[in-house]
Amino acid sequence: MNAPLVRIDGLTKTFAADAPAAIETLTTQVRAGQVTGLVGPDGAGKTTLMRLIAALLTPSAGRIEVCGLDVATQGPAIHDTIGYMPQRFGLYEDLTVMENLRLYADLRGLPDSARHATYERLLAFTDLARFTGRLAGALSGGMKQKLGLACAMLRSPKLLLLDEPSVGVDPISRRELWRMVYALIEDGVGVVWSTAYLDEAENCAEVIVMNAGRVLYQGDPKAMTAQMAGRVYQAHGAGVERRALLARALTAPQVIDGVMQGEAIRLVMAEGAASPDASVIGAPPETRIEPAVPRFEDAFVAALGGVPKHPLTPPARKDFSDTRIAPVEARGLTRRFGDFIAADDISFSIRRGEIFGLLGPNGAGKSTTFKMMCGLLRPSAGEALVDGLDLYKAPSAARAQLGYMAQKFSLYGDLSARQNLEFFAGAYGLSGARRREAVAHAIETFDLAPYAKTNAGELPLGYKQRLALSCAIMHEPPVLFLDEPTSGVDPLTRREFWAYINAMVGRGVTVMVTTHFMDEAEYCDRVALIYRGRSIAIGTPEALQNSVRTDERPQPTLEDAFITLVEARENAQKEAA
Amino acid sequence: MSEAPGSARRIRALVVKESLQVARDPSSFVVAIVLPALLLFLFGFGISFDAARLKMGLVIEEPTPAARDFATSLTNTPYFAVRQSTDRRAFIDDLAAGKINGVITLPGDFAERLARGDTAAIQLVTDGSDPNTASLTTGYVQGAWQAWRAQRSLGADKQSGGIEVQPRFWFNPELESRRFLVPGSISLIQMMIGSLLTALVVSREWERGTIEALLATPVGVVEFIIGKLVPNFVLGMVAMMVCVLASIFVFGIPLRGSFLVLTLFTAAFLAVALSIGLLISTVARTQFLASQIAMLVAFLPGLYFSGFLFEIASMPKPLQWFSVIVPAKYYVRGLQTIFLAGDIQSVLLPAGGVLLLMSAILFALTARNTKQRLD
Repeated sequence: MNAPLVRIDGLTKTFAADAPAAIETLTTQVRAGQVTGLVGPDGAGKTTLMRLIAALLTPSAGRIEVCGLDVATQGPAIHDTIGYMPQRFGLYEDLTVMENLRLYADLRGLPDSARHATYERLLAFTDLARFTGRLAGALSGGMKQKLGLACAMLRSPKLLLLDEPSVGVDPISRRELWRMVYALIEDGVGVVWSTAYLDEAENCAEVIVMNAGRVLYQGDPKAMTAQMAGRVYQAHGAGVERRALLARALTAPQVIDGVMQGEAIRLVMAEGAASPDASVIGAPPETRIEPAVPRFEDAFVAALGGVPKHPLTPPARKDFSDTRIAPVEARGLTRRFGDFIAADDISFSIRRGEIFGLLGPNGAGKSTTFKMMCGLLRPSAGEALVDGLDLYKAPSAARAQLGYMAQKFSLYGDLSARQNLEFFAGAYGLSGARRREAVAHAIETFDLAPYAKTNAGELPLGYKQRLALSCAIMHEPPVLFLDEPTSGVDPLTRREFWAYINAMVGRGVTVMVTTHFMDEAEYCDRVALIYRGRSIAIGTPEALQNSVRTDERPQPTLEDAFITLVEARENAQKEAA
Repeated sequence: MSEAPGSARRIRALVVKESLQVARDPSSFVVAIVLPALLLFLFGFGISFDAARLKMGLVIEEPTPAARDFATSLTNTPYFAVRQSTDRRAFIDDLAAGKINGVITLPGDFAERLARGDTAAIQLVTDGSDPNTASLTTGYVQGAWQAWRAQRSLGADKQSGGIEVQPRFWFNPELESRRFLVPGSISLIQMMIGSLLTALVVSREWERGTIEALLATPVGVVEFIIGKLVPNFVLGMVAMMVCVLASIFVFGIPLRGSFLVLTLFTAAFLAVALSIGLLISTVARTQFLASQIAMLVAFLPGLYFSGFLFEIASMPKPLQWFSVIVPAKYYVRGLQTIFLAGDIQSVLLPAGGVLLLMSAILFALTARNTKQRLD
């Protein structure tokens, strides 16, 4: 094994005297020549640890050595040897790609003689050569991350720290990021990659699983996954009942985790529990329960003690009368920006009580489509209908039917949770006793009481998410639109969120989601794959997976399907051209 | 291209980066060019403490020769626009509506009172809702009245003697307020560019998260600060040049001192303004907060306590003491001297010395407070 690049011994970091420590007596090591994954739920202390290693924070107690240098006293020397990519895009959006590269080459003291070759190598490596003159702010999310990586790699660092580099990056760009990082490892660089996406942990040689500022597990992710052998099952054949079944199954004490996987349900059993049968999880007898191959996420959730056993239950809602009209329909939606066609003749129809996903890489046009469906962007041609009402002919009547949760945190950070709820209740036209009732109701259902007086900006991420959702559904809409609702959200918060959405769907609410995050797509009944402004495939997740099944790949994941379909489309276009 | 040593190269790279950002950011253009132009024209053309033609109503109840003579003297000065009537009721509504600034009444027994030497020979009613104009009106009418009486008595007995006062105003012989308002507004402009813009560009790095990637490179605090200062210093000097040219050619203000002294003196003040901006940026991590603080600690004191709008000597004592630490006060004193009097060393050297001392103290504070870490 390689010599440790980073030694951490008894590290503690506290920000305020009365607050709990962000990092608590943590001892660990990071080795050279491999990718070390740093995984954990939000607020586990991943970013704080990264910043401490990068000598951007000073330890409150304990010691960190990076390449033999002490973080507390030798900050400048450490900055000279490492590359660091912050979680937020840290480059200058008002400078071009090339200007950013040049700036960082100067700051990092790249010798003139090496410049030309380095620029060329990195631009080829990141595939940014065509965009050197473009402002960094005008790049897509994936390209921004690649540029950030290029700037961090200008002078081959010994240690590369990447803080959640794949948040907001589509699967294709994500694979490219990993390819770039693997190329570095071959040169002996040590990489620390922090992530909330657990499938990425499986790409790492070693993982450090963190929770509440402590290390839960360190070692080979495969060894951790192997602990779950014989505890993971898939239930098939529950059909439309599967959402209700999942909710029921999770109430059983021996089931510690459960998620939707297309038409199947994935269940993780407690240690030592017998294999589940239909009666234990309350499934209809025709349900087939089969053992499944464990994955890292199963082990991770198990390490964190499983999903919380007190799920949020949505309130009883008014029945949405089942009419013939599709609750959401797009008819030939087209949007042009000058010569550029962002969305081209997109049509779909969503059934009542269905979760429908719009999938696509960054810049494919899914946000444009989504905005037209919300009534935020006027289509150049075509119609967007909610409950049969055209969003542009009867905007207020149509909008009253839908709840919308934006991708970015769009609540008022300086107002308390309660004040946000009151504001949104007012915005939806509730007043007096009805408003008080609706606010009290939301606080009760979403378990917001402990945080009612906390400013929304200071809430833990999971609660922010709950608050955003509760504000979006204040007026009890029959249709709910979610824009990347759990992007960058840790697995536990994500499960909690989707449990609630599933329950709402069970009561007849119709949901449309945009995402490039495959775990979210798994919760959808049907997805439309949007690429270069067109809808290139539409169907159930299993149907898409089946369509790319080959002998070499008998069990394609949804991500495989996504990438294969997009690449096939690209090749077809190249041939046509 | 020669291989510059690491630090010089980093500073150069930061200066280039900062300049590109300034060039591309419309808001710095607004703060550096549009705002100065606006301020300069506002103070140069819009605000004036000189009397405009005051609109007066004149009531002559009995048109005696003496009353007519006084009326003529009023009409002949450039200070009044006079309308006449025999009944004061004709003017009451106009005065209430603010259409005239005041009403002068010459009573029916004007000639008799005048002959008696009565103090209240005429009555003046002014619109007190604007106290400034009201006192201005009072002063001008009193002046006109006294001038007229003096003239009459001279004409009456041709008796000379006593002391005659003939005031002479040096440095600004026409007493044009523009001549001291424009140099004063240059100080405001320098303060805006130095403090506001500097505070904004640093807090922007925090707000946009770019500081995190920057701090993880070998860049040191001093290099970072120099990178921020150089472009804004240049911008401030360019703005000064624009202001001076505008003062001389647009407003016709003489520059009696030398251009070199003006430049050096401005550089000293700009150093203070820049260091205030940097100090603000060490505490403000959002652009909004930075601009609020810059307004409070740099702009407003510069407006009120620099002595170009409000006479410091007539302020309450505590405020006079406070004005001692307002850098704009020294700059305005120096600017007015350079423009209107010339290179007077006895004024400029102490003022310049105070500015340099202030900037040294502020820079030291900034260097101590600027953090190279995120916590």
